[in-house]
Amino acid sequence: MLNEGRGGRIMKGISLRLALPTAILAIVAILAIAFSAAGRADDMGMAASSKQGLRAKLEYCKTCHGLSGQGYHGYFAMPRLAGQQTKYLENQLRAFIERRRTNPVMFNVAHAISPSMLTALAAHFRDLDPKPFGGAPKELVARGKPIYEDGVPEANIAACSACHGPEAKGQDEIPRLAGQLFPYTIKVLTNWSKERGQGPASDTSAIMTPTAHNLTRSQIAAIAAYVSNLK
Amino acid sequence: MKLIKLKIAVLAIIALAVPSLAGGVETVRIRDCTWCHGTSGQGYSIAPRLAGQRHQYIENQLLSFGEHTRDNPFSKQYMWGAAAALSSRTAHDLAKYFSMLPPKAANDGHRELATRGRTIYELGIPDANIVSCLVCHGPNAEGVREIPRLGGLEYSYLKKRLEQWGEGYHAAAAYPMPLIASKLPSDVIEALASYLSFVK
Repeated sequence: MLNEGRGGRIMKGISLRLALPTAILAIVAILAIAFSAAGRADDMGMAASSKQGLRAKLEYCKTCHGLSGQGYHGYFAMPRLAGQQTKYLENQLRAFIERRRTNPVMFNVAHAISPSMLTALAAHFRDLDPKPFGGAPKELVARGKPIYEDGVPEANIAACSACHGPEAKGQDEIPRLAGQLFPYTIKVLTNWSKERGQGPASDTSAIMTPTAHNLTRSQIAAIAAYVSNLK
Repeated sequence: MKLIKLKIAVLAIIALAVPSLAGGVETVRIRDCTWCHGTSGQGYSIAPRLAGQRHQYIENQLLSFGEHTRDNPFSKQYMWGAAAALSSRTAHDLAKYFSMLPPKAANDGHRELATRGRTIYELGIPDANIVSCLVCHGPNAEGVREIPRLGGLEYSYLKKRLEQWGEGYHAAAAYPMPLIASKLPSDVIEALASYLSFVK
C-alpha cells in the first residue's frame, strides 16, 4: 500500500514534470498560432482597409473633380485631373500643404492624404481619359492655336507648346493642359503670381511667372479656349 | 376726398408696378405660387423660400416636377400637380420673377451649431471624405447659375432635403449632390442646416 502509494506519488511527480513542459509548449504553440493568425488577419485587414480607404478617397476627389476626373464647374472651376502628369499632381498637393500654392480648401484636403495614398491617386487619375468638359466660346479657339503653338515673340511670350508639348499633354512637373476647364485656365493664368510660388521655398512655378505676366486678358482667354478643346 | 384720391393713386401705382415686376407673367400664375410660398416668396411652413433663388435652379426644379424626377413626398403631393400644366415659357418667367425678389434669412437653425456648420460648409471634413460646400454654392451660399442659393433657407427644409438623398429620393441634378448628401451623418446635416439658415 505504502509502496503503491509512494510509487503513485512518484508517478504523479513524473507525469507532472512531463505535463508542465508539455503544457507550456502547448500554450506557447497556441499563442504562436494565435499571434501569427492575428498577424495575418491584421495584414489582410490593413490591406483591405487601405484599399477601401483609397476607394473612398477617390470618390471624394471625384465628387468635385468629376466622376471621370474631367473637372466640374461649380461656383469655382475645379480642374480636370484626368490624364494629368503624376509628378505635377504630387507636386501640387505638396505645394498646398507647404503653402507654396494658396488655396484654403485644398490645403485641408491635401493634409488628409498620406504619401502612399497620393501616389495611388495620382496614378489612377493619370490613366483616365474622358472627353473634355467643354463650354469654351468657339470663336476664341482659333485665336488661341497660334499663340499656343508659336507664342507672341514681340511680347516676350514663349510658345506654350515648347514646354507643354504639341498636344498639351505635359511632362513630369509640367502639367497637361489638354481638356482643362476654360474658366480654370483663365483663373490660373490671371492669378499666377498671387497663387503660385508663394513663400520663400523654391517652386517650379517660377518658370511660368514672366509668361503669365506678359499675357493680356484676351490672349489668356484664347489660350484657355484652345487647350480646353484638346483631347 | 383727399384720402380717396390717395387710395386711387396708390392702387394705380400698384397696378402699374405689378405686371412690370412680374416680367410678363400673369398675376394669377404668381398667385398660384404665393398661396403656399408666401406673398413675397419668403416661404411658409413646408414650402421653401423662392425669393432670391437662382432662376435656372427654379426652372430646372419646375421641369423636374413635371417629369416626376424630383420625387420626395411633398414634391409628389404638391408640386407634381402644380407643375403639370406649366409651359416651359411660364416656368421660365415664374423663375425669373421669384429670383428677383429680395430674400430674407430664415434664422431658425440651432445657434450653437452654426460655427461648426460654417467650418464644414467652407472646408468640408477631409478626414471623413466630406467635401466643401463652398466650392459649388459660393462663399456666401449665394449659388450660381443652376446651383441653388442655400443661404437663409429654412432649417427644416435644408435638413429634410439633405436627408432625402440618403433616404433614396431623387432631385433634379444627378451629380454631385446624391454622392455627397447620401453619406452625411445627421450631426453634420444639422450643423450645416443651422449655419445656412442664418446666412444673409
